[in-house]
Amino acid sequence: MADLTLTIDGGTVTVPEGSTILDAVRSVGGDLPTLCHGPTLEPANVCRVCMVEVEGAGALVPSCSRVVDEGMVVHTDTDRARHSRTVVMELLASSADLERVDDRFSAWMEDHGADPARFTGATIEGRPAKVHDDLYVRDYARCILCYRCVDACGEQHQNTFAITVAGRGFDAHISTEFDVALPDSACVYCGNCIAVCPTGALEGKIAWDMKEAGTWDIDRQEVTRTVCSYCGVGCNLDIHTQEGAIVDVTSPEDHDVTLGNLCIKGRFGWSFVVSVDE
Amino acid sequence: MDLRLLSERPSAEERSAVDALLGSPERGDGRVAVGGHAVRARRHLLLPALHALQDAAGAITRGGVAYISERLSIPPTDVFGVASFYELFEVDGPGGVTERPCDDIACMGRGVAPVGAGTHVEPSACLGQCDRGPAVLRHEPGRGYTVRTGGAIGGPIHQPRSQLRLLRRVGAVDPTSLDAYLDSGGFEALAKAKAMGGEAVIAELEASGLRGRGGAAFPVGRKWDGVRRAAGDKVVIANGDESEPGTFKDRVVMEDDPFAVVEALALFGFVTGAKEGFIYVRGEYPTAAARLEAAVAAAGERGLLDLAIEVRRGAGAYICGEETALFASIEGFRGEPRQKPPFPNEAGVFGRPTGINNIETLVTVLEVLRIGGATFAELGTEGSTGPKLFCVSGDVDRPGVYEVEFGATGRDLLDLAGGVAAGRALGAVLFGGAAGVFGGDDALDVPLTFEDTRAARLTIGAGALIVFDDTTDFEPVVERIARFFSDESCGQCVPCRVGTVRQGESLQRMFSNPASTPLEVRLLGDLAKAMDDSSICGLGRTASLAVRSAIDLGLVGAAHG
Ligand SMILES: Cc1cc2nc3c(=O)[nH]c(=O)nc-3n(C[C@H](O)[C@H](O)[C@H](O)COP(=O)(O)O)c2cc1C
Ligand code: SF4
Ligand code: SF4
Ligand code: SF4
Ligand code: FES
Ligand code: FES
Repeated sequence: MADLTLTIDGGTVTVPEGSTILDAVRSVGGDLPTLCHGPTLEPANVCRVCMVEVEGAGALVPSCSRVVDEGMVVHTDTDRARHSRTVVMELLASSADLERVDDRFSAWMEDHGADPARFTGATIEGRPAKVHDDLYVRDYARCILCYRCVDACGEQHQNTFAITVAGRGFDAHISTEFDVALPDSACVYCGNCIAVCPTGALEGKIAWDMKEAGTWDIDRQEVTRTVCSYCGVGCNLDIHTQEGAIVDVTSPEDHDVTLGNLCIKGRFGWSFVVSVDE
Repeated sequence: MDLRLLSERPSAEERSAVDALLGSPERGDGRVAVGGHAVRARRHLLLPALHALQDAAGAITRGGVAYISERLSIPPTDVFGVASFYELFEVDGPGGVTERPCDDIACMGRGVAPVGAGTHVEPSACLGQCDRGPAVLRHEPGRGYTVRTGGAIGGPIHQPRSQLRLLRRVGAVDPTSLDAYLDSGGFEALAKAKAMGGEAVIAELEASGLRGRGGAAFPVGRKWDGVRRAAGDKVVIANGDESEPGTFKDRVVMEDDPFAVVEALALFGFVTGAKEGFIYVRGEYPTAAARLEAAVAAAGERGLLDLAIEVRRGAGAYICGEETALFASIEGFRGEPRQKPPFPNEAGVFGRPTGINNIETLVTVLEVLRIGGATFAELGTEGSTGPKLFCVSGDVDRPGVYEVEFGATGRDLLDLAGGVAAGRALGAVLFGGAAGVFGGDDALDVPLTFEDTRAARLTIGAGALIVFDDTTDFEPVVERIARFFSDESCGQCVPCRVGTVRQGESLQRMFSNPASTPLEVRLLGDLAKAMDDSSICGLGRTASLAVRSAIDLGLVGAAHG
């Protein structure tokens, strides 16, 4: 594939054809905020926290999805781009509970000086979490509608189509059909939606309970890589333990076959053990 | 993918309504639907199937959703997600009759129309009947939609017929008769096009200077040429979703000159090489849809069409007029706009190269062919050629669709409409509808051309002029506009989904506590910049225009601004 050259904030950068602006920025050690962009998913293009200025384009462009053109001139740090990113962060944080969002994102909010208190009004914060079983919790007061879980459950990973975006505008939300409880839906409890959720809206039951109780402490946790023994596929498992107890199981995103996905046995098999032990 | 279906079953009415659309079921029942590639390729039938359910039951029920899922091999959650997107689908609703009275800005001065006792009432945004409001859209299971207004179907034409090009058949030629259409010069443009060839048609269009009438003013010749040059199995679309408050010109054309729309789309197909076409009609326009369907059938039977045309009914979503959202809607997905590029002529509906034009644009193409591109270019101004339809509504004596040559001013249109109603003084005019800009008396002298309105920071939009007299309280008007955008946002992108809500809240605070005006005005400015710059589509990008112009003009927030 041919290489393309572009200018980012005054510096010349060369990237392979097909790279996004975000790829190009990262290739030279820079970075931008992202939320809906998941490394294992097609860009959903919806959160708009990654916007940059491209000379010649009327509006700002999403860096996570806009593919680089030869000679493109990009500015990531103009007042205009920062203003937009800041307001979008403020709007998000004023409308949903971002307390458990990905750490990198909190750092970006601080970096941009985002002040969500400027925008008070309708919020989904405080909506009760949906706890329908012992495996995982859907705490939609934290949902920013990034579409990642829907894409992971649907045609991009799992092909189950248990969840969708329903409604429109500010009422849009993630739902099963007619909002039936998860056990009555098509859900197969693979937990692959949990793996891609950037806000803590989807969480394993044990992890969620511990976070609610304030006992979740990442500094006291260890992660052990192992291979799942339930079937012959051989998925990698990362077992997270806190003081000797299993608190979560994830799968490495950079695995080229499983892309962070698992099935119910790999992801939740341990929790039966835990519940029995208790 | 195996489908897990809901356990509820459809009623006999629901089943037969869906079967009437899809044919009788080949196979498959119980909780797991079967169906291979062929069934899934019918995903695009989802919207018509949901209409069938709503028409049968007055609601989208669980049993109905289960049945559609099974028949089309679409997961029930997906069917639910799509149904819940559209205003006209009463998901889990009570069933029975629903009435939707318009409570939007062009009707405001006339109050809200009374609704039938015992009906389910859902107030609605502009119903596109502003020339004869206040309007109500009624839905009755088994009988479909009807519109109640203060006037007749179509548009009363208040201008001498000799002045009319685009509207010359409206009210004069029977819209249900193909022979009447043929007798009045119908299908001559298509014959001419075929005789001269596609390339020559494009040359005429380029010479004509014709630009799109749907709001973006894109040169038509260039668009058609792009589609013509694209490789692949192409599609052409007539955009009749017209949902901008204060706009009803496309309805008048579709209702009263439906064959012209069909001929123009066939011409679009001939020039670009498309074999398939859609007319996407706003769900709130039942008469237009019925007349277009009849026109397509009649012209087809007479062997006048090489293009397979399907009329598709929208289901209550302003955003589906945005071209990429319209594609998603036709495909059977939620009407969410897609990031461009790719542009429609590269990858449009079903990923195929697509040409899409507004209804008025298409019928104007017929006029270009009739008189020739060069003659057409002499009409109007240099930068804005040809005739143009304007919708004048609100506080005027004779609201209606007016056809003028580009160059006419707002004052000319106001005069045509009989001036401000009851001899009152002007308060303001909203140019372009909700996505438009307020102007005062001086704005009435600006020629309504693309170039002059741009210079004066006004807009033509799709051609709406909503007139407000000097007794108007603009606070509820501006709040209604803000609510329009938060109601109609598809919800996909944050600046629009949350920004449109914050805009409305800020206005409410400002109106209830005028002392907060300076603070709120600053907040509104910050919001507007982010919405303009970072929204995916034109809805979010224009959602703050009218609000800001109302503040700038001092219609609201003046005392403390
Ligand atoms: C929110 C939104 C709503 C729109 N609604 C319509 C509509 O109802 N009818 C229409 O023709 N164009 C509408 N458009 C413009 C279309 O995207 C597209 O530009 C147009 O159909 C192209 O036709 P034209 O070139 O003939 O104007 C809308 C655009 C936006 C952003
Ligand atoms: S657990 Fe798996 S099947 Fe269930 S909603 Fe999440 S991704 Fe879909
Ligand atoms: S639940 Fe999580 S992954 Fe799903 S849309 Fe909300 S924030 Fe995104
Ligand atoms: S700007 Fe609004 S309507 Fe357009 S894609 Fe974004 S949320 Fe949807
Ligand atoms: S990260 Fe780019 S739009 Fe969300
Ligand atoms: S029909 Fe009421 S405002 Fe248009």
